[in-house]
Amino acid sequence: MFPFCFEWHWDLGHMVFHGALWYALSILGIGLTYAAIKSFIDLKKGGHH
Amino acid sequence: MDSALIPQGVKRCPFPQFALWIGFLSIFMLWAVVAAGVAWIKGLNTTNLNDYFGFGAWITADLAVIALGGGAFFTGFMRYILGIEDFKHILNFAVIIGFVCYSSALVILGLDVGQPLRSWFIFWHANVHSMLTEVAFCISCYFTVLTIEYIPLVLENRQLDKIPLVHNFSHNLHRIMAVFAATGAFLSFFHQGSLGGTVGVLFGRPFGFREHFAIWPTAFFLFIISAMACGPCFTILVTRITELITRKKLVKQNVIAKLAKVSGWLMVAYLALKMIDTVYWAMVTLPNMGVSVMDMYPESPFTIWILIAELGFCGAIPAIILITEKGRNNNFLLVPATILSCFGAILNRYVMTVQTLALPVLPFDKFVNYIPNWVEWVTSLAPFVYLALLISLSYRYLPVFPQEKELNP
Repeated sequence: MFPFCFEWHWDLGHMVFHGALWYALSILGIGLTYAAIKSFIDLKKGGHH
Repeated sequence: MDSALIPQGVKRCPFPQFALWIGFLSIFMLWAVVAAGVAWIKGLNTTNLNDYFGFGAWITADLAVIALGGGAFFTGFMRYILGIEDFKHILNFAVIIGFVCYSSALVILGLDVGQPLRSWFIFWHANVHSMLTEVAFCISCYFTVLTIEYIPLVLENRQLDKIPLVHNFSHNLHRIMAVFAATGAFLSFFHQGSLGGTVGVLFGRPFGFREHFAIWPTAFFLFIISAMACGPCFTILVTRITELITRKKLVKQNVIAKLAKVSGWLMVAYLALKMIDTVYWAMVTLPNMGVSVMDMYPESPFTIWILIAELGFCGAIPAIILITEKGRNNNFLLVPATILSCFGAILNRYVMTVQTLALPVLPFDKFVNYIPNWVEWVTSLAPFVYLALLISLSYRYLPVFPQEKELNP
């Protein structure tokens, strides 16, 4: 899962599999973080949709 | 008693009646928890799994609930990516069904691996040459997507929605939901396919092995299309059952009919491809492996009738009903068609796993049948009770159906 795991190799299989995994996880993480930060900013501005 | 939590403008049954219903469902869930506890504490020898059948009822249930839960990703795909607005009226419900199906699949997998405490090994020490690794990655990520899609609905509860921060968070999640839906669709296409691919690459098991298209066996594509076809059918079926129990119309007929039509044409496409695949497998693949098609259907329950049931009774008949306007607009035909379609998907997942393992492949092998015991039955059927439980709670306390007020003034 991480390059510091003992069986990690910088080969195509590891890069494709884990690249796709981290790509998906990044989108989910960034999306959730954006929604949380935007909600705080909206609240500070006194906004209520 | 709980009227402050019920969405405004809708009617729900009295709380004692609801509590009784939840109590009744909880008894079965408790039984399932006991069964799961037995399997985890005492080990897999408490099941009827053995050296012949390393996988049985649980893997069938796993693959089946993932196929039936396909309505969530495909409805989301049609709503957010293809922009078909009608499906927004049923999307919340499809997400709840998908959430239940995928959380059940993860729990059942936890039972099937026997050592759930080591489940993280598949991520940490991933075997990048295994389709199951991709399945594990995609299912876990997609379950996260379904949770994210379910959260805004939970936050729309009448009391939670009064909290400004919660309200804003729900609103902002809604605004970017298309990004999550697109990610979910990407993940679903791959894991639905890889579940078929897992069986399709087994060249030592002629029943499951299929010819390859590029790096993927044909079963990869068939599993994707069958999930796209039967997932919406399951969503329609559960909607109709919910309407029957609540004695209310919850989704307009035009939405149901459109979903049924899409599902029907996908079933036609699936059946056409599946028949071509089956004929090629019977005429070319199997003879090349030194066996005939009748060797694949040696004795009960794995006779040729199982194939006829899967493709004919549970394939062609519902497909014809769903693609005809009169058929999909008639509840007496639509509901049986969705039942048959769902049963066909379950049957397909059963034969692709259990029958694949049941057929002897070595000279000293003998034909052994497998019947699950109570631990496997109870835990495999628990997802349906869990579905009833979560739908009951969501329907009572959350605005699941946007058209409910309009349809029930």
